Amino acid sequence: MNSSVQPLLALDGVHTHIGPYHILHGVDLAVAKGGITMLLGRNGAGKTTTLRTVMGLWHASAGTIRFDGNDISEFATPDVARLDIAYVPENMGIFSDLTVRENLFLAARKGPLDAARLDWIFGFMPALKTFWLQRAGLLSGGQKQMLSIARAMVEPRRLLLVDEPSKGLAPAIIQNLIVAFGALRDEGVTILLVEQNFNFASKLGDTVAVMDNGRVVHAGTMAALVADPELQARLLGLSLDSHQ
Amino acid sequence: MSMSAAIAPAKVEDLPAAPRDWLPILLVPILILLALPLVGSFPTWATLTIAGLAMGLIIFLVASGLTLVFGLMDVMNFGHGIFVALGAFVGVTTISMLGGWTASSSFALNLAAIGCAGLAAAVVAGTVGIAFERVMVRPVYGLHLKQILVTMGGMIVAEQVILALWGPEARPMMRPASLQGSFIFGDVAIEKFRLLAVCLGLAIFAAMFLLLNRTKLGLLIRAGVQDREMVEALGYRVRFLFIGVFAAGSALAGLGGTMFGLYQELVTTAIGAQMMVLIFIVIIIGGLGSVGGCFVGALLVGLASNYIGFVAPKVNLFSSILLMVLILLWRPQGLFPVAKR
Ligand SMILES: Nc1ncnc2c1ncn2[C@@H]1O[C@H](COP(=O)(O)OP(=O)(O)O)[C@@H](O)[C@H]1O
Ligand SMILES: [Mg+2]
Repeated sequence: MNSSVQPLLALDGVHTHIGPYHILHGVDLAVAKGGITMLLGRNGAGKTTTLRTVMGLWHASAGTIRFDGNDISEFATPDVARLDIAYVPENMGIFSDLTVRENLFLAARKGPLDAARLDWIFGFMPALKTFWLQRAGLLSGGQKQMLSIARAMVEPRRLLLVDEPSKGLAPAIIQNLIVAFGALRDEGVTILLVEQNFNFASKLGDTVAVMDNGRVVHAGTMAALVADPELQARLLGLSLDSHQ
Repeated sequence: MSMSAAIAPAKVEDLPAAPRDWLPILLVPILILLALPLVGSFPTWATLTIAGLAMGLIIFLVASGLTLVFGLMDVMNFGHGIFVALGAFVGVTTISMLGGWTASSSFALNLAAIGCAGLAAAVVAGTVGIAFERVMVRPVYGLHLKQILVTMGGMIVAEQVILALWGPEARPMMRPASLQGSFIFGDVAIEKFRLLAVCLGLAIFAAMFLLLNRTKLGLLIRAGVQDREMVEALGYRVRFLFIGVFAAGSALAGLGGTMFGLYQELVTTAIGAQMMVLIFIVIIIGGLGSVGGCFVGALLVGLASNYIGFVAPKVNLFSSILLMVLILLWRPQGLFPVAKR
């Protein structure tokens, strides 16, 4: 198989049940290697559940999840992470009793923290340097978001799954995020980014998938979606109006 | 990086001064000082204080593992007391086999006898702990009601096994020769063994503190108590961490059993169940999942039970529960609530 056309991450007819609830109804999603794929959709569409299913935090009841061609549908969460897939959850998953340094230290699974790489991260997120030895629980919401993303950056990863990073953040901080994700893309990291903020999404996304009711209802390039206000309105409805 | 020039500077407002929470820690000296006028006589108060600290630190040995086990996997092990009983019996047997060492007047040999007993107790309890986790706890992950029933059932079964192995009679547990009796400072008599228990308890607390704060393993345990899923999403297998913590917690409970047997100079099969009540009170007071809270809670319970046992023996049984109620009225989540996600 030609590896340049094979997506890095591919979901094929993925169904997920949470307890008695049937949440994902056959998600088909391909994330191309090396770009930023935006996963859009209204609240409750199933975006978070999709990311959690990829991470093995839920398990697909049907369908397959392939990473680099290998079926990882049955993988436990640590084994998914060990494929160099990093996850920034919606609630940020900060260890609030640990310091900023300790949070990043644990994220560096393969060895000690790399000073040069830390400086690179501090370039985007200077607050982390300022509060290096503070308990992470004392950080503001935006700073916690930065820390959570920084954890996904301390070592080179192949795929980043990021769930609504811009939620509740000030525009200046969102600008920092755009720059940081852009730099990661330049480094060759593939990113799957869940977003509600279309303005933010349109600035970063190379490709886009839109979910509704536990399915992907549209997939294509971001440029095509940006150029077609009618399509935007139909797919994104309210979330478009409220953020533009 | 040239890109960083384009970045809006993050607002560098000062964080609130790190609120180290001293108040719960202060409760210990406050309780000690308040007890002085209640007890009345200084020498008695000093004796009771050392006894309380010794008892508190032994309870801490036993309870610290359980609070982490709960914090990491939400597992309520109502059978934890079995490791205490097991440790006490293995300890009593070991000590009795080392008769030469315990009878000797050499402090070093006496200490070695206690060391061997504690080590044997820890190894046996830790090993049984691993088996207990595999057989009793693993099948009931996430099922709280079943956990209570199964672990309590496991404890009853294990108690019967102990009864079969060691017989129904209570066993006196002699302290080694040079640890019998007291040091006398003026009017104040301090039992030698209690002093040893205090030293051992403090040393283990210090070791645990360093482990949890200064090592990657310890940080992972603390992180796992706060957000298990995220630790797994970073690529660590919390299951293995949990088994390790369970085994270490059982081993410490076994060591605590030996120490408690020596403290009481008596070992009975009921020692596990008897201690279980205190353990739960301590970890609830401390805040489920918090080792620091467990430490403070254990000291408070140990001290209060000794003071009240002297001042008003009739309400002694009730004293720990009263202490728990008062503390929960003040801090419903315990002294040091763990920040869960
Ligand atoms: N733990 C859960 N238990 C039950 N239902 C859930 C759970 N998590 C999510 N859901 C439901 O699944 C649907 C999709 O949720 P989610 O994936 O969080 O959507 P999104 O991230 O797109 O807003 C929603 O209807 C939500 O109520
Ligand atoms: Mg969501």
